[in-house]
Amino acid sequence: MTVNAPANPNPPEAAPAKASSRTRSEHKLAWMLCAPAVLAMLLVTAYPIAYAIILSLQDVDLRFPDEGGFVGLSNYSAVLSSDLWWTDIFNTVFIMLISVSIELVLGMAIALVMHRAIFGRGVVRTSVLIPYGIITVVAAFAWQFAFSPETGFVNNLPLISDEMDWFGGRFSSFAVIIMAEVWKTTPFMALLLLAGLVTIDSQLYEAAKVDGASAWQRFTRITLPLMKPAILVALLFRTLDAFRVFDTIFVMTRGALDTESVSILGYNQLISRLNLGLGSAVSVLIFLCVFLIAFVFVKGFGAKVEEGRPGG
Amino acid sequence: MSEIVLEGVTKTFADGFEAVKDLDLDISDGEFMILVGPSGCGKSTALRMIAGLEDISRGEVKIGGETVNDRSPKDRDIAMVFQNYALYPHMTVRENMGFALKLAGTDKGEIDKKVEEAARTLDLEQHLDRRPANLSGGQRQRVAMGRAIVRDPKAFLMDEPLSNLDAKLRVQMRTEVAKLQSKLETTTVYVTHDQTEAMTLGDRVAVMRAGVLQQVGTPAELYDNPKNLFVAGFIGSPAMNFMPGELNGGKLKLPIGEVDVGDLGVQGHDGQVIVGIRPENFEDVEVIGDLKEERGVTFEAEIDLVESLGSDLYAYFHIESEGVQSDQLADIVEESLEETGAGEIREGHEQIVARLDPTSKVKRRDTAQLWADTSKLHLFDPESGDSLKGK
Repeated sequence: MTVNAPANPNPPEAAPAKASSRTRSEHKLAWMLCAPAVLAMLLVTAYPIAYAIILSLQDVDLRFPDEGGFVGLSNYSAVLSSDLWWTDIFNTVFIMLISVSIELVLGMAIALVMHRAIFGRGVVRTSVLIPYGIITVVAAFAWQFAFSPETGFVNNLPLISDEMDWFGGRFSSFAVIIMAEVWKTTPFMALLLLAGLVTIDSQLYEAAKVDGASAWQRFTRITLPLMKPAILVALLFRTLDAFRVFDTIFVMTRGALDTESVSILGYNQLISRLNLGLGSAVSVLIFLCVFLIAFVFVKGFGAKVEEGRPGG
Repeated sequence: MSEIVLEGVTKTFADGFEAVKDLDLDISDGEFMILVGPSGCGKSTALRMIAGLEDISRGEVKIGGETVNDRSPKDRDIAMVFQNYALYPHMTVRENMGFALKLAGTDKGEIDKKVEEAARTLDLEQHLDRRPANLSGGQRQRVAMGRAIVRDPKAFLMDEPLSNLDAKLRVQMRTEVAKLQSKLETTTVYVTHDQTEAMTLGDRVAVMRAGVLQQVGTPAELYDNPKNLFVAGFIGSPAMNFMPGELNGGKLKLPIGEVDVGDLGVQGHDGQVIVGIRPENFEDVEVIGDLKEERGVTFEAEIDLVESLGSDLYAYFHIESEGVQSDQLADIVEESLEETGAGEIREGHEQIVARLDPTSKVKRRDTAQLWADTSKLHLFDPESGDSLKGK
């Protein structure tokens, strides 16, 4: 550009060209500084995803390593036309919706308690977080034992039949799975919500008190609208997480009695049946679902981010 | 009728700190009462107790003749303007202003009418559908005022409502607040740490220090007859000058000369006193001519600094003296140090400010002949800090 500049008949254009060369060199530096991270991301994220997509378009079955080849979208049509896939989608969405809803309500309540705790603030916050610190598999086993008719304490509780076989039916299994999920991840929800709660200026509550708002009105008209961004972020994280539910179900039922989630389906295809083509197709479909959920949230979230920003 | 009466109101916090001590204050219907004092003097706490945002440890608060101690803020029929405005960021200006009416179940047409009326008064009509984040500081301040006036409450409570504005806007809004209050004639309690605001706005001003009410009176009363050193030093800008003096049989010995104090009404207080004199009670001898003979003392001073503001001229000089010691004054100095970084005190040098006629020719490092109007001296007891006048 600098070489061309003197030949340029229109001098005013030379100035922006000079400025842009500096800008470009800064861009170059930026890219160089980002390069290691970009490379790592490509290696650990883009490559596996691309490889899964390639596998999903092939007929690869490790039991018959010599057969195979490009089969187009037939793996996808096999998955999408199977009842099992749709049952599993139903199970996954069912568990996801119920557990995230309960977590939101409980998490909000816990966040409010943590925010308001006058004494023992540290103890309250720490103890609330304990379930989140426990490995999911361990928690799942613990709850499985708790609900098992032989070893558990749950059936000894009042109002619950001693004979109740929790893992003998589809929806009673769901109940236990959802309970374990809720127990495990509510603290995470509460923590994200608390982060939103503390950003609200306490004078707004005083202003609302003077304006005549009751405690409930202060919650619904001040707290909730101002926490919208935090609530959406918390919901997004938890929904994505819940859609990929695996450990708890794997430990408790292994997907028996129609309690399989899509992640279990993918695992079964890939690991148990060694059908890499079909399993990869399931994985890619899960990825697309997750992407869709994130897209919906981010679009909705992005549109309303201005509304909920606390402060001026 | 919506007078506000505080009787022996005390606030003790959980840690035992007494923020407000035994406060008695009568604010009559429609009055503009200012609570003023340095930070931490309990003025905001007093206001918050009237609002119901703070429990009253002892004493009684009455609004419109009814004791409101046990009523929540919403049942006291008061409106409050907060220092940082506390506008609801997720609501438009219209919704902010109408929020209280909406909660009270007022019908929509009525709310719209009242909000628009208030918006007209405050010149906010074109901003009604904007959110607070998109408004300037002055506009936000007006919305906060609007939120208060829409409700037509028994009283307005304002907690330093102008202190977040820049200096120019503050002066402008000050006049607007004064105009608005005199138009609406609603009882108003206004908290500020700025004595200029207090003097210009209030019908009456209550000066507080360390939780204790020092003096209540009209701005002129406070200025002309401060009851103690604290009020004397706090009210007025530049502040009153202080110097030590010795009273002996009607004669007052000052670092700037000896004065006959026969007409000051302070007989029988022989001994050490603290003497206060306001900057405007000094004058350049060359300017006033023969007036000096009548009721003053003439002295020589080496001028350290001259500040000419056009309409006024401030001359700074120092006098050789021990200086005056009083914890009441220390409080004020601390406050002004925090705010302006000024107010330096040196041992053995008492800095004095004189407001001279702008035609005065005094210059820095000059030794000028100055005159002090001794009929305007304020004498205080060095122990208690109380004024000796009228005792």
